Amino acid sequence: MAYEIVASLCTGCCACEPECPNEAISEKKNVFIIDPEKCTECIGHFDEPQCVAVCPIDHTCIIDMAYPRYEVTA
Amino acid sequence: MQSTIASVSTQEVKPLEQLLEKIADHKGCGTSSEGGKASCGSSGGPADMAPEVWEKVKNHPCYSEEAHHHYARMHVAVAPACNIQCNYCNRKYDCANESRPGVVSEKLTPEQASKKVLAVASAIPQMTVLGIAGPGDPLANPAKTFKTFELIAKTAPDIKLCLSTNGLALPDHVDTIKGFNVDHVTITINMVDPEIGQHIYPWIFWKNKRLTGIEAARILTERQMLGLEMLTAAGVLCKINSVMIPGINDKHLVEVNKAVKSRGAFLHNIMPLISAPEHGTVFGLTGQRGPTAQELKALQDSCEGDMNMMRHCRQCRADAVGLLGEDRSAEFTTEKIDEMSEVVYDAATRKAYQELVEAERSEKVAAKEAAMADLDVTDIKIMIAVATKGQGRVNEHFGHATEFQIYEVGSNGSKFIGHRRVDLYCQGGFGEEEALPSVVNAINDCHAVFVAKIGGCPRDELKAAGIDPVDRFANEFIEESAITYFKEYFARVCAREIVHVDRGDADIRQGAYTAAA
Repeated sequence: MAYEIVASLCTGCCACEPECPNEAISEKKNVFIIDPEKCTECIGHFDEPQCVAVCPIDHTCIIDMAYPRYEVTA
Repeated sequence: MQSTIASVSTQEVKPLEQLLEKIADHKGCGTSSEGGKASCGSSGGPADMAPEVWEKVKNHPCYSEEAHHHYARMHVAVAPACNIQCNYCNRKYDCANESRPGVVSEKLTPEQASKKVLAVASAIPQMTVLGIAGPGDPLANPAKTFKTFELIAKTAPDIKLCLSTNGLALPDHVDTIKGFNVDHVTITINMVDPEIGQHIYPWIFWKNKRLTGIEAARILTERQMLGLEMLTAAGVLCKINSVMIPGINDKHLVEVNKAVKSRGAFLHNIMPLISAPEHGTVFGLTGQRGPTAQELKALQDSCEGDMNMMRHCRQCRADAVGLLGEDRSAEFTTEKIDEMSEVVYDAATRKAYQELVEAERSEKVAAKEAAMADLDVTDIKIMIAVATKGQGRVNEHFGHATEFQIYEVGSNGSKFIGHRRVDLYCQGGFGEEEALPSVVNAINDCHAVFVAKIGGCPRDELKAAGIDPVDRFANEFIEESAITYFKEYFARVCAREIVHVDRGDADIRQGAYTAAA
Protein backbone atom coordinates (compact mmCIF):
# COMPACT_ATOMS: atom_id res chain seq x y z
CA MET A 1 0.00 0.00 0.00
CA ALA A 2 0.95 3.59 -0.30
CA TYR A 3 -0.40 6.81 1.13
CA GLU A 4 -2.48 9.23 -0.90
CA ILE A 5 -3.58 12.81 -0.26
CA VAL A 6 -7.26 13.66 -0.42
CA ALA A 7 -7.17 16.65 -2.76
CA SER A 8 -10.38 18.20 -1.43
CA LEU A 9 -8.91 18.35 2.08
CA CYS A 10 -5.36 19.42 1.20
CA THR A 11 -4.65 23.06 2.09
CA GLY A 12 -1.50 23.10 -0.03
CA CYS A 13 0.56 24.07 3.00
CA CYS A 14 3.50 21.92 1.81
CA ALA A 15 4.39 20.73 5.33
CA CYS A 16 4.53 17.12 4.11
CA GLU A 17 6.78 17.66 1.11
CA PRO A 18 10.14 18.13 2.84
CA GLU A 19 9.37 15.48 5.48
CA CYS A 20 8.95 12.62 2.99
CA PRO A 21 12.06 10.41 3.13
CA ASN A 22 11.38 9.16 -0.39
CA GLU A 23 10.77 12.49 -2.11
CA ALA A 24 7.47 11.03 -3.21
CA ILE A 25 5.46 14.21 -2.63
CA SER A 26 5.11 17.03 -5.13
CA GLU A 27 2.79 19.95 -5.82
CA LYS A 28 0.18 19.82 -8.51
CA LYS A 29 -2.44 22.54 -9.03
CA ASN A 30 -1.98 24.04 -5.55
CA VAL A 31 -2.40 20.73 -3.73
CA PHE A 32 0.08 17.97 -3.06
CA ILE A 33 0.18 14.44 -4.43
CA ILE A 34 2.07 11.30 -3.45
CA ASP A 35 3.75 9.16 -6.06
CA PRO A 36 2.62 5.66 -5.03
CA GLU A 37 5.62 4.10 -6.76
CA LYS A 38 7.95 5.98 -4.40
CA CYS A 39 5.90 5.83 -1.17
CA THR A 40 7.14 3.26 1.35
CA GLU A 41 4.68 4.30 4.09
CA CYS A 42 7.90 5.41 5.82
CA ILE A 43 8.57 1.77 6.70
CA GLY A 44 12.26 1.42 7.42
CA HIS A 45 12.62 5.18 7.88
CA PHE A 46 10.37 6.28 10.71
CA ASP A 47 7.94 4.90 13.25
CA GLU A 48 5.04 6.75 11.71
CA PRO A 49 4.28 8.02 8.20
CA GLN A 50 5.64 11.56 8.16
CA CYS A 51 2.95 13.06 5.91
CA VAL A 52 0.24 11.83 8.30
CA ALA A 53 2.11 13.09 11.34
CA VAL A 54 2.72 16.61 10.06
CA CYS A 55 -0.51 17.26 8.11
CA PRO A 56 -2.66 19.95 9.79
CA ILE A 57 -5.92 18.43 8.56
CA ASP A 58 -6.86 15.01 9.91
CA HIS A 59 -7.73 12.25 7.41
CA THR A 60 -6.05 14.06 4.51
CA CYS A 61 -3.14 11.61 4.13
CA ILE A 62 -4.76 8.17 3.98
CA ILE A 63 -3.84 4.63 2.90
CA ASP A 64 -4.45 4.04 -0.78
CA MET A 65 -5.95 0.54 -0.85
CA ALA A 66 -5.22 0.19 -4.56
CA TYR A 67 -1.63 -0.65 -3.78
CA PRO A 68 -0.28 -3.69 -1.91
CA ARG A 69 1.32 -3.29 1.47
CA TYR A 70 4.88 -2.07 1.14
CA GLU A 71 7.48 -4.69 1.94
CA VAL A 72 11.11 -4.11 2.69
CA THR A 73 13.17 -5.96 0.11
CA ALA A 74 16.30 -7.57 1.34
CA MET B 1 -25.91 48.75 30.55
CA GLN B 2 -24.56 48.84 34.05
CA SER B 3 -22.94 51.96 35.34
CA THR B 4 -21.45 52.83 38.67
CA ILE B 5 -20.33 56.13 40.11
CA ALA B 6 -16.55 56.38 39.75
CA SER B 7 -14.64 55.48 42.87
CA VAL B 8 -12.39 58.15 44.30
CA SER B 9 -9.86 55.72 45.69
CA THR B 10 -6.22 56.63 45.94
CA GLN B 11 -5.15 53.18 44.80
CA GLU B 12 -4.88 53.74 41.10
CA VAL B 13 -4.20 50.29 39.72
CA LYS B 14 -6.08 47.39 41.24
CA PRO B 15 -4.76 43.84 41.26
CA LEU B 16 -5.94 41.75 38.35
CA GLU B 17 -8.05 39.59 40.62
CA GLN B 18 -10.15 42.53 41.73
CA LEU B 19 -10.46 43.88 38.22
CA LEU B 20 -11.47 40.56 36.72
CA GLU B 21 -13.97 39.92 39.50
CA LYS B 22 -15.45 43.34 39.01
CA ILE B 23 -15.94 42.52 35.34
CA ALA B 24 -17.18 39.04 36.13
CA ASP B 25 -19.90 40.68 38.23
CA HIS B 26 -21.10 42.32 35.04
CA LYS B 27 -20.77 39.22 32.92
CA GLY B 28 -21.70 36.47 35.33
CA CYS B 29 -18.51 34.45 34.84
CA GLY B 30 -16.17 33.47 37.59
CA THR B 31 -12.58 34.48 37.04
CA SER B 32 -9.95 35.08 39.60
CA SER B 33 -6.23 35.47 39.65
CA GLU B 34 -3.11 35.31 41.71
CA GLY B 35 -3.12 39.06 41.89
CA GLY B 36 -1.05 41.48 39.91
CA LYS B 37 1.23 44.36 40.53
CA ALA B 38 0.69 48.04 40.55
CA SER B 39 2.33 49.89 37.75
CA CYS B 40 2.14 52.99 35.73
CA GLY B 41 1.46 52.87 32.05
CA SER B 42 4.01 53.17 29.34
CA SER B 43 3.27 54.18 25.81
CA GLY B 44 6.80 53.28 24.82
CA GLY B 45 8.17 56.71 24.10
CA PRO B 46 11.75 57.90 24.39
CA ALA B 47 11.27 58.94 28.03
CA ASP B 48 11.22 55.34 29.26
CA MET B 49 13.42 53.69 26.67
CA ALA B 50 17.13 53.49 26.00
CA PRO B 51 18.02 55.55 22.90
CA GLU B 52 19.52 52.57 21.05
CA VAL B 53 16.31 50.61 21.59
CA TRP B 54 14.15 53.53 20.46
CA GLU B 55 16.29 53.72 17.33
CA LYS B 56 15.34 50.11 16.57
CA VAL B 57 11.62 50.46 17.19
CA LYS B 58 10.74 54.03 16.27
CA ASN B 59 9.78 53.15 12.69
CA HIS B 60 8.39 49.70 13.47
CA PRO B 61 4.60 49.89 13.73
CA CYS B 62 4.36 46.58 15.62
CA TYR B 63 6.94 47.52 18.26
CA SER B 64 5.92 51.13 18.91
CA GLU B 65 2.36 52.33 19.44
CA GLU B 66 3.49 55.82 18.54
CA ALA B 67 5.01 54.59 15.26
CA HIS B 68 1.92 52.67 14.21
CA HIS B 69 0.04 55.86 13.41
CA HIS B 70 2.68 56.80 10.85
CA TYR B 71 4.45 53.73 9.51
CA ALA B 72 3.17 50.71 7.65
CA ARG B 73 4.23 47.07 7.47
CA MET B 74 3.66 44.23 5.13
CA HIS B 75 3.65 40.48 5.51
CA VAL B 76 4.53 38.11 2.68
CA ALA B 77 2.94 34.69 2.81
CA VAL B 78 5.94 32.56 1.85
CA ALA B 79 5.72 30.15 4.80
CA PRO B 80 2.64 27.92 4.56
CA ALA B 81 3.87 24.87 6.50
CA CYS B 82 3.51 24.61 10.26
CA ASN B 83 5.06 22.30 12.83
CA ILE B 84 2.43 22.54 15.56
CA GLN B 85 -1.35 22.59 15.83
CA CYS B 86 -3.13 25.21 17.92
CA ASN B 87 -6.76 24.95 19.01
CA TYR B 88 -7.43 28.51 17.82
CA CYS B 89 -6.17 27.91 14.29
CA ASN B 90 -7.82 26.24 11.31
CA ARG B 91 -5.73 26.16 8.20
CA LYS B 92 -8.65 25.10 6.03
CA TYR B 93 -10.45 28.39 6.33
CA ASP B 94 -9.77 31.41 4.15
CA CYS B 95 -11.88 34.42 3.37
CA ALA B 96 -10.86 37.70 1.79
CA ASN B 97 -12.74 39.68 4.42
CA GLU B 98 -11.11 37.84 7.29
CA SER B 99 -8.44 39.47 9.34
CA ARG B 100 -6.76 36.84 11.45
CA PRO B 101 -3.30 35.35 11.63
CA GLY B 102 -2.97 32.19 9.57
CA VAL B 103 -5.30 33.49 6.88
CA VAL B 104 -4.04 34.41 3.41
CA SER B 105 -5.55 34.66 -0.04
CA GLU B 106 -2.53 33.26 -1.88
CA LYS B 107 0.92 32.01 -1.01
CA LEU B 108 4.04 33.40 -2.68
CA THR B 109 7.43 32.15 -3.76
CA PRO B 110 10.41 34.10 -2.39
CA GLU B 111 10.86 35.67 -5.84
CA GLN B 112 7.22 36.78 -6.04
CA ALA B 113 7.45 38.08 -2.48
CA SER B 114 10.55 40.10 -3.24
CA LYS B 115 8.91 41.78 -6.23
CA LYS B 116 5.79 42.47 -4.20
CA VAL B 117 7.84 44.14 -1.47
CA LEU B 118 9.44 46.50 -3.99
CA ALA B 119 6.06 47.33 -5.53
CA VAL B 120 4.53 48.08 -2.14
CA ALA B 121 7.57 50.06 -0.99
CA SER B 122 7.24 52.27 -4.06
CA ALA B 123 3.49 52.79 -3.63
CA ILE B 124 3.57 53.20 0.17
CA PRO B 125 6.75 55.13 1.10
CA GLN B 126 5.98 54.82 4.82
CA MET B 127 6.17 51.01 4.59
CA THR B 128 9.27 50.35 6.68
CA VAL B 129 8.92 46.75 7.82
CA LEU B 130 8.69 43.41 6.05
CA GLY B 131 7.53 40.58 8.23
CA ILE B 132 7.13 36.88 7.60
CA ALA B 133 4.38 35.53 9.77
CA GLY B 134 3.11 32.47 8.00
CA PRO B 135 0.40 31.54 7.24
CA GLY B 136 2.21 28.60 8.88
CA ASP B 137 5.42 29.08 10.82
CA PRO B 138 8.35 30.89 9.13
CA LEU B 139 10.89 28.61 10.79
CA ALA B 140 9.05 25.49 9.65
CA ASN B 141 9.84 26.84 6.15
CA PRO B 142 13.41 28.04 6.73
CA ALA B 143 14.60 27.83 3.11
CA LYS B 144 11.73 29.98 1.81
CA THR B 145 11.86 32.43 4.69
CA PHE B 146 15.59 33.09 4.49
CA LYS B 147 15.64 33.16 0.68
CA THR B 148 13.02 35.93 0.87
CA PHE B 149 15.13 37.86 3.39
CA GLU B 150 18.19 37.45 1.19
CA LEU B 151 16.43 38.85 -1.89
CA ILE B 152 14.96 41.83 -0.05
CA ALA B 153 18.15 42.68 1.85
CA LYS B 154 19.85 42.96 -1.53
CA THR B 155 17.34 45.22 -3.30
CA ALA B 156 15.82 47.21 -0.43
CA PRO B 157 18.40 47.39 2.35
CA ASP B 158 16.51 50.09 4.30
CA ILE B 159 13.52 47.83 4.95
CA LYS B 160 13.54 46.18 8.35
CA LEU B 161 13.12 42.43 8.32
CA CYS B 162 11.22 40.62 11.03
CA LEU B 163 9.48 37.34 11.66
CA SER B 164 6.95 35.77 13.94
CA THR B 165 7.26 32.17 15.13
CA ASN B 166 5.78 29.64 17.52
CA GLY B 167 9.32 29.03 18.74
CA LEU B 168 9.55 25.25 18.31
CA ALA B 169 12.30 25.48 15.68
CA LEU B 170 13.69 28.81 16.89
CA PRO B 171 16.87 27.64 18.70
CA ASP B 172 18.07 26.01 15.46
CA HIS B 173 17.89 29.28 13.52
CA VAL B 174 19.08 32.04 15.84
CA ASP B 175 22.46 32.36 14.11
CA THR B 176 20.85 32.66 10.67
CA ILE B 177 18.34 35.22 11.97
CA LYS B 178 21.19 37.25 13.40
CA GLY B 179 23.09 36.85 10.13
CA PHE B 180 20.30 38.62 8.23
CA ASN B 181 20.39 41.53 10.70
CA VAL B 182 16.87 40.75 11.83
CA ASP B 183 16.31 43.06 14.81
CA HIS B 184 12.80 41.96 15.70
CA VAL B 185 11.41 38.50 16.36
CA THR B 186 7.98 37.74 17.73
CA ILE B 187 7.35 34.48 19.59
CA THR B 188 3.82 33.34 20.36
CA ILE B 189 3.88 32.04 23.93
CA ASN B 190 0.54 31.11 25.45
CA MET B 191 1.80 29.19 28.47
CA VAL B 192 4.87 28.23 30.47
CA ASP B 193 3.10 25.29 32.16
CA PRO B 194 2.59 22.11 30.09
CA GLU B 195 -0.52 21.26 32.14
CA ILE B 196 -2.13 24.35 30.66
CA GLY B 197 -0.39 23.94 27.30
CA GLN B 198 -2.04 20.60 26.62
CA HIS B 199 -5.41 22.39 26.43
CA ILE B 200 -4.10 24.81 23.80
CA TYR B 201 -1.87 22.62 21.63
CA PRO B 202 -3.26 19.24 20.52
CA TRP B 203 0.06 18.23 18.97
CA ILE B 204 3.51 19.22 17.80
CA PHE B 205 5.65 17.64 15.07
CA TRP B 206 9.00 17.01 16.70
CA LYS B 207 11.91 14.86 15.55
CA ASN B 208 9.82 12.97 13.00
CA LYS B 209 7.03 12.22 15.45
CA ARG B 210 3.66 13.70 16.24
CA LEU B 211 3.68 14.29 20.00
CA THR B 212 0.56 15.08 21.99
CA GLY B 213 -0.55 16.11 25.46
CA ILE B 214 1.75 17.27 28.24
CA GLU B 215 4.87 15.95 26.52
CA ALA B 216 4.20 18.08 23.45
CA ALA B 217 3.51 21.19 25.52
CA ARG B 218 6.61 20.60 27.65
CA ILE B 219 8.91 20.43 24.63
CA LEU B 220 7.26 23.48 23.09
CA THR B 221 7.68 25.62 26.20
CA GLU B 222 11.30 24.48 26.66
CA ARG B 223 12.12 25.40 23.07
CA GLN B 224 10.33 28.75 23.35
CA MET B 225 12.22 29.73 26.50
CA LEU B 226 15.55 28.59 25.04
CA GLY B 227 14.90 30.47 21.80
CA LEU B 228 13.94 33.63 23.69
CA GLU B 229 17.08 33.47 25.82
CA MET B 230 19.28 32.93 22.77
CA LEU B 231 17.70 35.84 20.89
CA THR B 232 17.98 38.33 23.73
CA ALA B 233 21.60 37.21 24.30
CA ALA B 234 22.19 37.96 20.61
CA GLY B 235 20.72 41.45 20.98
CA VAL B 236 17.52 40.79 19.01
CA LEU B 237 14.41 42.57 20.31
CA CYS B 238 11.72 40.02 21.18
CA LYS B 239 8.01 40.63 21.26
CA ILE B 240 5.88 37.98 22.91
CA ASN B 241 2.40 37.37 21.57
CA SER B 242 -0.05 35.63 23.91
CA VAL B 243 -3.61 34.67 23.11
CA MET B 244 -5.92 35.29 26.08
CA ILE B 245 -8.24 32.30 26.42
CA PRO B 246 -10.68 32.82 29.30
CA GLY B 247 -10.76 29.88 31.71
CA ILE B 248 -7.67 28.26 30.15
CA ASN B 249 -4.73 30.66 30.36
CA ASP B 250 -6.12 34.07 31.34
CA LYS B 251 -4.81 33.97 34.91
CA HIS B 252 -1.71 32.08 33.82
CA LEU B 253 -0.64 34.84 31.40
CA VAL B 254 0.55 36.83 34.42
CA GLU B 255 3.07 34.00 34.98
CA VAL B 256 3.94 33.99 31.29
CA ASN B 257 4.55 37.73 31.51
CA LYS B 258 6.98 37.24 34.40
CA ALA B 259 8.75 34.37 32.63
CA VAL B 260 9.32 36.26 29.39
CA LYS B 261 10.22 39.48 31.15
CA SER B 262 12.91 37.71 33.18
CA ARG B 263 14.36 36.34 29.95
CA GLY B 264 14.68 39.77 28.41
CA ALA B 265 11.60 40.08 26.20
CA PHE B 266 11.04 43.67 25.12
CA LEU B 267 7.30 43.83 24.57
CA HIS B 268 4.31 41.70 25.56
CA ASN B 269 1.26 41.59 23.33
CA ILE B 270 -1.76 39.95 24.95
CA MET B 271 -4.42 39.45 22.31
CA PRO B 272 -8.03 38.33 22.62
CA LEU B 273 -8.90 34.82 21.44
CA ILE B 274 -10.75 34.85 18.12
CA SER B 275 -13.13 31.89 18.12
CA ALA B 276 -16.12 32.46 15.88
CA PRO B 277 -17.78 29.07 15.23
CA GLU B 278 -17.72 29.63 11.46
CA HIS B 279 -13.91 29.62 11.50
CA GLY B 280 -14.05 25.91 12.31
CA THR B 281 -11.30 26.01 14.92
CA VAL B 282 -11.43 23.62 17.89
CA PHE B 283 -12.16 26.54 20.21
CA GLY B 284 -14.76 27.88 17.79
CA LEU B 285 -16.53 24.52 17.72
CA THR B 286 -16.38 23.89 21.47
CA GLY B 287 -17.87 27.29 22.20
CA GLN B 288 -14.78 28.62 23.97
CA ARG B 289 -15.42 32.34 24.33
CA GLY B 290 -12.94 35.17 23.90
CA PRO B 291 -12.47 37.91 26.51
CA THR B 292 -14.50 41.10 26.67
CA ALA B 293 -12.77 44.41 26.05
CA GLN B 294 -12.50 45.23 29.75
CA GLU B 295 -11.28 41.72 30.71
CA LEU B 296 -8.49 42.11 28.17
CA LYS B 297 -7.65 45.60 29.40
CA ALA B 298 -7.59 44.44 33.03
CA LEU B 299 -5.08 41.69 32.22
CA GLN B 300 -2.93 44.05 30.14
CA ASP B 301 -3.02 46.67 32.91
CA SER B 302 -1.98 44.11 35.53
CA CYS B 303 1.03 42.99 33.45
CA GLU B 304 2.17 46.50 32.66
CA GLY B 305 5.16 47.53 34.70
CA ASP B 306 8.74 47.74 33.67
CA MET B 307 7.77 45.84 30.53
CA ASN B 308 5.89 47.49 27.68
CA MET B 309 2.49 46.09 26.81
CA MET B 310 1.38 46.19 23.21
CA ARG B 311 -2.23 47.24 22.84
CA HIS B 312 -2.33 48.24 19.20
CA CYS B 313 -2.06 44.77 17.62
CA ARG B 314 -4.69 44.15 14.93
CA GLN B 315 -4.07 40.38 14.80
CA CYS B 316 -3.49 40.80 11.10
CA ARG B 317 -3.35 38.37 8.24
CA ALA B 318 -0.14 36.72 7.07
CA ASP B 319 -0.43 38.79 3.85
CA ALA B 320 -1.48 42.15 5.32
CA VAL B 321 -0.25 45.39 3.71
CA GLY B 322 -0.46 48.93 5.04
CA LEU B 323 -0.94 50.75 8.33
CA LEU B 324 -2.01 48.38 11.09
CA GLY B 325 -5.62 49.55 11.02
CA GLU B 326 -5.99 49.27 7.26
CA ASP B 327 -5.44 46.45 4.81
CA ARG B 328 -4.35 47.25 1.29
CA SER B 329 -3.42 43.68 0.34
CA ALA B 330 -6.12 43.62 -2.37
CA GLU B 331 -4.16 46.29 -4.28
CA PHE B 332 -1.13 44.03 -4.50
CA THR B 333 -2.33 40.61 -5.61
CA THR B 334 0.11 38.32 -7.41
CA GLU B 335 -1.83 38.90 -10.61
CA LYS B 336 -1.29 42.66 -10.35
CA ILE B 337 2.36 42.30 -9.32
CA ASP B 338 3.02 39.95 -12.23
CA GLU B 339 1.60 42.54 -14.63
CA MET B 340 4.20 45.07 -13.52
CA SER B 341 7.16 44.74 -15.87
CA GLU B 342 9.93 45.96 -13.61
CA VAL B 343 9.66 47.63 -10.26
CA VAL B 344 12.18 50.36 -9.58
CA TYR B 345 13.05 50.85 -5.94
CA ASP B 346 13.02 54.59 -5.34
CA ALA B 347 14.96 54.98 -2.11
CA ALA B 348 15.26 58.78 -2.44
CA THR B 349 11.50 59.40 -2.59
CA ARG B 350 10.97 57.09 0.35
CA LYS B 351 13.55 58.96 2.40
CA ALA B 352 12.05 62.36 1.54
CA TYR B 353 8.56 61.18 2.48
CA GLN B 354 9.76 59.70 5.75
CA GLU B 355 11.40 63.00 6.67
CA LEU B 356 7.99 64.70 6.32
CA VAL B 357 6.49 62.02 8.54
CA GLU B 358 9.17 62.67 11.17
CA ALA B 359 8.42 66.40 11.16
CA GLU B 360 4.72 65.74 11.73
CA ARG B 361 5.50 63.26 14.50
CA SER B 362 7.55 65.84 16.37
CA GLU B 363 4.71 68.35 16.00
CA LYS B 364 2.27 65.78 17.40
CA VAL B 365 4.41 65.01 20.46
CA ALA B 366 4.93 68.71 21.16
CA ALA B 367 1.18 69.39 20.91
CA LYS B 368 0.43 66.62 23.41
CA GLU B 369 3.03 67.89 25.88
CA ALA B 370 1.68 71.43 25.63
CA ALA B 371 -1.88 70.23 26.26
CA MET B 372 -0.76 68.27 29.33
CA ALA B 373 0.85 71.29 30.96
CA ASP B 374 -2.16 72.38 33.06
CA LEU B 375 -3.93 69.08 33.76
CA ASP B 376 -5.66 68.90 37.13
CA VAL B 377 -5.04 66.00 39.51
CA THR B 378 -8.02 63.66 39.74
CA ASP B 379 -8.81 59.94 39.87
CA ILE B 380 -11.36 60.32 37.12
CA LYS B 381 -10.49 58.64 33.84
CA ILE B 382 -12.56 58.56 30.69
CA MET B 383 -12.30 56.56 27.51
CA ILE B 384 -12.59 58.07 24.05
CA ALA B 385 -13.10 56.25 20.75
CA VAL B 386 -11.47 57.88 17.71
CA ALA B 387 -12.15 57.53 13.99
CA THR B 388 -8.80 57.95 12.26
CA LYS B 389 -7.08 57.14 8.99
CA GLY B 390 -3.62 57.54 10.52
CA GLN B 391 -1.05 60.27 11.23
CA GLY B 392 -2.35 60.45 14.78
CA ARG B 393 -5.21 62.72 13.71
CA VAL B 394 -8.99 62.70 14.04
CA ASN B 395 -9.51 62.40 10.30
CA GLU B 396 -12.09 59.74 9.53
CA HIS B 397 -15.84 60.06 8.98
CA PHE B 398 -17.88 58.10 11.52
CA GLY B 399 -19.62 56.20 8.77
CA HIS B 400 -16.38 55.23 7.01
CA ALA B 401 -14.61 53.84 10.06
CA THR B 402 -13.89 50.10 10.11
CA GLU B 403 -12.25 50.48 13.51
CA PHE B 404 -12.07 52.96 16.36
CA GLN B 405 -8.90 53.63 18.31
CA ILE B 406 -9.50 53.78 22.05
CA TYR B 407 -7.73 56.24 24.36
CA GLU B 408 -7.89 56.46 28.12
CA VAL B 409 -7.48 59.99 29.44
CA GLY B 410 -6.87 61.18 32.98
CA SER B 411 -4.50 63.21 35.12
CA ASN B 412 -1.51 61.43 33.60
CA GLY B 413 -2.53 62.44 30.10
CA SER B 414 -3.79 60.26 27.31
CA LYS B 415 -2.90 56.67 26.56
CA PHE B 416 -3.74 54.41 23.64
CA ILE B 417 -5.34 51.33 25.16
CA GLY B 418 -6.78 49.47 22.21
CA HIS B 419 -8.90 49.48 19.13
CA ARG B 420 -12.28 48.05 18.20
CA ARG B 421 -13.24 46.71 14.81
CA VAL B 422 -16.71 47.54 13.60
CA ASP B 423 -18.81 46.97 10.52
CA LEU B 424 -18.95 49.96 8.26
CA TYR B 425 -21.83 52.13 9.37
CA CYS B 426 -22.01 53.95 6.08
CA GLN B 427 -22.45 52.07 2.80
CA GLY B 428 -22.12 54.34 -0.20
CA GLY B 429 -23.64 57.29 1.58
CA PHE B 430 -26.51 55.45 3.23
CA GLY B 431 -26.33 54.76 6.92
CA GLU B 432 -27.22 51.15 7.62
CA GLU B 433 -29.54 51.01 10.57
CA GLU B 434 -28.52 47.56 11.73
CA ALA B 435 -24.83 48.46 11.88
CA LEU B 436 -25.17 51.12 14.56
CA PRO B 437 -25.98 48.85 17.52
CA SER B 438 -22.80 46.87 16.76
CA VAL B 439 -20.78 50.10 16.74
CA VAL B 440 -22.31 51.10 20.08
CA ASN B 441 -21.52 47.65 21.53
CA ALA B 442 -17.92 47.96 20.36
CA ILE B 443 -17.33 51.35 21.99
CA ASN B 444 -19.83 51.08 24.81
CA ASP B 445 -17.11 51.63 27.43
CA CYS B 446 -16.28 55.06 25.93
CA HIS B 447 -17.61 58.42 27.07
CA ALA B 448 -17.10 60.11 23.70
CA VAL B 449 -16.33 59.33 20.09
CA PHE B 450 -14.14 61.72 18.07
CA VAL B 451 -14.90 61.87 14.36
CA ALA B 452 -14.06 64.12 11.41
CA LYS B 453 -17.73 64.16 10.47
CA ILE B 454 -20.96 62.43 11.48
CA GLY B 455 -24.50 62.32 10.18
CA GLY B 456 -27.58 63.39 12.14
CA CYS B 457 -29.05 59.94 12.75
CA PRO B 458 -26.02 58.21 14.23
CA ARG B 459 -25.32 61.37 16.26
CA ASP B 460 -28.70 61.12 17.97
CA GLU B 461 -28.42 57.38 18.53
CA LEU B 462 -24.95 57.68 20.08
CA LYS B 463 -26.25 60.39 22.40
CA ALA B 464 -29.13 58.14 23.37
CA ALA B 465 -26.60 55.44 24.26
CA GLY B 466 -24.72 57.91 26.45
CA ILE B 467 -21.74 58.39 24.12
CA ASP B 468 -20.88 61.98 23.20
CA PRO B 469 -20.31 62.38 19.43
CA VAL B 470 -17.59 65.02 18.92
CA ASP B 471 -16.65 66.47 15.53
CA ARG B 472 -15.07 69.76 16.59
CA PHE B 473 -11.57 68.21 16.65
CA ALA B 474 -11.75 67.28 12.96
CA ASN B 475 -8.23 66.90 11.54
CA GLU B 476 -6.59 67.80 14.87
CA PHE B 477 -4.07 65.58 16.66
CA ILE B 478 -5.84 62.83 18.62
CA GLU B 479 -4.03 63.01 21.93
CA GLU B 480 -3.94 66.80 22.15
CA SER B 481 -7.69 66.81 21.45
CA ALA B 482 -8.37 64.03 23.95
CA ILE B 483 -6.59 65.94 26.72
CA THR B 484 -8.44 69.14 25.81
CA TYR B 485 -11.75 67.27 25.93
CA PHE B 486 -10.85 65.73 29.27
CA LYS B 487 -10.07 69.12 30.77
CA GLU B 488 -13.47 70.43 29.70
CA TYR B 489 -15.17 67.26 30.93
CA PHE B 490 -13.48 67.50 34.32
CA ALA B 491 -14.39 71.19 34.61
CA ARG B 492 -18.04 70.29 34.01
CA VAL B 493 -17.86 67.52 36.64
CA CYS B 494 -16.38 70.01 39.13
CA ALA B 495 -19.12 72.53 38.29
CA ARG B 496 -21.67 69.72 38.89
CA GLU B 497 -23.06 70.09 35.39
CA ILE B 498 -22.50 66.37 34.81
CA VAL B 499 -21.89 63.33 36.99
CA HIS B 500 -18.96 61.11 36.04
CA VAL B 501 -19.82 57.42 35.65
CA ASP B 502 -17.86 54.39 34.45
CA ARG B 503 -19.31 53.20 31.20
CA GLY B 504 -19.15 49.43 31.71
CA ASP B 505 -17.86 46.90 29.18
CA ALA B 506 -17.68 46.49 25.41
CA ASP B 507 -17.57 43.68 22.86
CA ILE B 508 -14.50 42.58 20.94
CA ARG B 509 -15.57 42.15 17.37
CA GLN B 510 -15.15 38.63 15.94
CA GLY B 511 -15.19 37.26 12.45
CA ALA B 512 -15.38 38.78 9.02
CA TYR B 513 -16.81 42.15 8.11
CA THR B 514 -20.35 41.15 7.30
CA ALA B 515 -20.95 44.46 5.58
CA ALA B 516 -17.53 44.91 4.00
CA ALA B 517 -17.39 47.39 1.16
